[in-house]
Amino acid sequence: MSTAETTHHDQDDHHDHGPAKGLSRWVFTTNHKDIGTLYLLFSLAMFFVGGAMALVIRAELFQPGLQVVEPDFFNQMTTMHALVMIFGAVMPAFVGLANWLVPMMVGAPDMALPRMNNWSFWILPFAFAMLLSTLFMESGGPAAGWTLYPPLSLQGGDSFAFVIFAIHLMGLSSIMGAINIVATILNMRAPKMNLLRMPLFVWTWLITAFLLIMVMPVLAGAVTMLLTDRYFGTSFFNAAGGGDPVMFQHIFWFFGHPEVYIMILPAFGIVSEIIPTFARKPLFGYVSMVYATASIAFLSFIVWAHHMFTTGMPLGGELFFMYATMVIAVPTGVKVFNWVATMWKGSMTFETPMLFAVGFVILFTIGGFSGLMLAIVPADFQYHDTYFVVAHFHYVLVTGAVFSIMAAAYYWLPKWTGNMYSETLGKWHFWLSVVTVNLLFFPQHFLGLAGMPRRIPDYSVQFAEFNMWSSIGGFAFGLTQLIFLYIVLKASFGKRTEQLPDRVWEGAKGLEWTVATPAPYHTFDEAPDFRDEDVAHGDVAH
Amino acid sequence: MTNSKGVQRRSLGGLFHRAATLALLTLMAAPAWADYALNLTQGVSEFSERVYGLHMLILWICVVIGVLVFGAMFVSMYLHRKSRGHEPAQFSHSTKAEIVWTVIPILILVGMAIPATNTLVYMHQTGDSDMTVKITGYQWKWKYDYIEDDVSFLSNLDSASNSARQLNSGIDPATVDDYLLNVDNRVVLPINTKVRFLITADDVIHAWWVPDFGWKRDAIPGFVNEAWVEIKEPGIYRGQCAELCGKDHGFMPIVVEAVSRPAYQAWVDEQKQEQLVAEQNVERDWSQEELVAHGQAVYEAQCAACHQLNGQGLAPAFPALAGSPVANGPTEDHIDVVVNGRPGTAMQAFGDTLNEADIAAALTYTRSAWGNKASDTIQPRDVRAAKRG
Ligand code: HEC
Ligand code: HEM
Ligand SMILES: [Cu+2]
Ligand SMILES: [Cu+2]
Repeated sequence: MSTAETTHHDQDDHHDHGPAKGLSRWVFTTNHKDIGTLYLLFSLAMFFVGGAMALVIRAELFQPGLQVVEPDFFNQMTTMHALVMIFGAVMPAFVGLANWLVPMMVGAPDMALPRMNNWSFWILPFAFAMLLSTLFMESGGPAAGWTLYPPLSLQGGDSFAFVIFAIHLMGLSSIMGAINIVATILNMRAPKMNLLRMPLFVWTWLITAFLLIMVMPVLAGAVTMLLTDRYFGTSFFNAAGGGDPVMFQHIFWFFGHPEVYIMILPAFGIVSEIIPTFARKPLFGYVSMVYATASIAFLSFIVWAHHMFTTGMPLGGELFFMYATMVIAVPTGVKVFNWVATMWKGSMTFETPMLFAVGFVILFTIGGFSGLMLAIVPADFQYHDTYFVVAHFHYVLVTGAVFSIMAAAYYWLPKWTGNMYSETLGKWHFWLSVVTVNLLFFPQHFLGLAGMPRRIPDYSVQFAEFNMWSSIGGFAFGLTQLIFLYIVLKASFGKRTEQLPDRVWEGAKGLEWTVATPAPYHTFDEAPDFRDEDVAHGDVAH
Repeated sequence: MTNSKGVQRRSLGGLFHRAATLALLTLMAAPAWADYALNLTQGVSEFSERVYGLHMLILWICVVIGVLVFGAMFVSMYLHRKSRGHEPAQFSHSTKAEIVWTVIPILILVGMAIPATNTLVYMHQTGDSDMTVKITGYQWKWKYDYIEDDVSFLSNLDSASNSARQLNSGIDPATVDDYLLNVDNRVVLPINTKVRFLITADDVIHAWWVPDFGWKRDAIPGFVNEAWVEIKEPGIYRGQCAELCGKDHGFMPIVVEAVSRPAYQAWVDEQKQEQLVAEQNVERDWSQEELVAHGQAVYEAQCAACHQLNGQGLAPAFPALAGSPVANGPTEDHIDVVVNGRPGTAMQAFGDTLNEADIAAALTYTRSAWGNKASDTIQPRDVRAAKRG
């Protein structure tokens, strides 16, 4: 199959195949693989920028008293850290993976809208340059938390306008990326690949893309209302002018809760590709995985106010949002059980991608448990806005989303670059990450339960010990990621020493493993002949 | 984990045994947790105890589910590995299993939802209270108004913590009593009395939280939230603001002193006496020295967080008062800014929170401090006149 592909390319010489030379290749590219690479490298850079900010925070929290930064700068760091990690690191990483993989997985030659694809990437560096530049402005960066609650967010200086504009640009980029992914998946699948035969990664991204299209405009609306409140004398959120500060929270979380699923559904897809490969066994319960993903996406629209239990909602409202949130545990549980059932009676090996995938399942589930606890309204009256919440969302975001991205990087890196990473280094990276990330975030559960609020630059001495451990874990986790950086750069830019097979992993399924390694610049110029055995869930028809 | 050599060699039974021992040890250690502040407090009200019960119930349910699911994973990772020569099975679904693991979680969730609903309904019963305290959040202090007893005061971070918490203050926080959890004026409340709170804010959103009462509630400008507590034990209960409210969000603690009813009544009488003295202080003439001395104290407690001890402010958010045209200009404008604030900015209307003598003293102090020229005096009487407009 792959030889057929390659020869096909060699004969087909009446149009351009190889990439253009130099910088213009990257600036003008419409190739889904180039754009995927750009997204992934951008995300890697932002991961280190956001990580550096996290380390400023952890350095200040290393011991009680203020030693490193003033409180206002501390608040700028928490706000920027979150914005950079969410919009700069995690989301672009998933879009980059979608760019690389969705066309190859559905047997399409490229994304449906390649020029828009170029634009949706290139907006991002400008958006983030603008966002980060606010740190150097006279009034400093945004300091009201990434949730931007008014009236506090309206108190800042004029860098505020730049922040709002940057958020608009990020939203624009996401919406364009999402439209492109939907168009590609719905229109460009190989002939025999009907919807219920698509790889799960494609399914999760299809659903994620719809979430993005639905909620990014809501965020845009919310921040525009902030902008007009600040500069044009409206009173959407100003109580003195007849407005309602709590309304902002409703609008924000109507975006914000689906947003957290935008950051986790593609992760579910990745793990559902990797576990079957290394268990050498078809994915368990493919159809229920698809339905579980769709139900989670639907439910994510009716639980937003679980972030607002302490705002003083009426009893009926609190009960509704508590029950709806608890219901999400059911489809999420189905997913976890299906992964375990996929492993059950397989023939497992534990290469680095599998280690990260297994780490994901366990640690994400721990984040899910604390999430379930947070759903219980009376208990949330205690947990809300404490370090318990910080621990919860870092388990789902770092050991959830970020671990899945790392698993994906190890899994597909050989296909992208033609180089196998060093398994020894990969294992070091995994084990050091697992130990340090738990040292970093597990004690934060205790801190929160013992009464430490979040978003504070200094704390009473009773919290000193766990904060010290957490900071040590933070710095160690940060350093460990340099191993990852080295592995990625070496595979990308190092000399190729061996010719890897098309199917890099023994048990790997999916059309992306039927093309040459490294993947040629153009793949599937002609639609492939798709068979059920090609996908990780095997034959679902019987 | 599984592929570390130690676990590989250990028998399966041994693994379970170890897991069980570990769980048991954790269980036995539970009472000791309180000493190390690992766990949620049980608190001192009926509600906080119920919340603690719910918390432990869900925690244990999660632990049991976790042990089962992760246990199955580890067993599988041990038994079903290629290096042991395990051949992969090829099954890919089982409707029966999927129904089981959809229905059982639903039942467990219903089991959690019932006690949670009961507790929540209980918390919402704010009626038939014995007394009412209005709490107002300001950047960065709390104001308390005892509605029936007509007592009212501000509560700030105590000065020892405040000095120690400055960047590189050189003061070791461990040497400060209740660092960051101490205030100048405590909220005194009677025990075994249903106290209703009306919670609101003047500038941005804050949240009033004393963990021992079992809840926090947002203080939102333009809204009045309700909550209540009936404290069972006398004692001192500390908490903090729990909603980001600007740079000093970490520095606006809450201290409640719960006392017997007679002791509470005595405290109220004492407050009344002090109010009487304060009232006389507004009426009488103050000397320049007296105003400056008292004004400096007021300034340091109420104004320095923003305008700084040296009067230089923090550009660009907080203007300098040293050399400010207002602080050197006509007294009417100066009084007006401080009494009525500047709407839409962090400069609040201090006429609502400070008494006339405090404002007059703070103003007189700022008019002569840091090289400011207008060394005239402002009398409490002048402030009162301005307030009445
Ligand atoms: C929460 C922060 C904060 C506190 C506390 C605070 N101020 Fe201000 N103050 C401000 C801000 C912000 C302004 C500027 C308002 C504007 O933009 O017009 C201001 C303005 C002023 C001005 C006008 C200065 C000028 O040149 O326009 C005076 C006078 C003043 N404050 C006095 C005081 C006094 C006296 C106190 C203590 C009783 C105090 N402030 C406490 C934030 C604060
Ligand atoms: C290098 C690893 C990381 C470390 C050490 C770290 C550390 C921190 C710390 C100390 C805070 C401040 C908590 C507070 O004061 O409330 C924080 C907040 C936050 N982090 Fe991270 N973090 C890391 C990775 C991530 C990642 C990968 C994401 C997202 C994908 C993320 C998302 C957030 C969010 C959303 C907040 C809340 C910010 C706010 O309160 O507005 N973090 N993090
Ligand atoms: Cu949510
Ligand atoms: Cu606060």
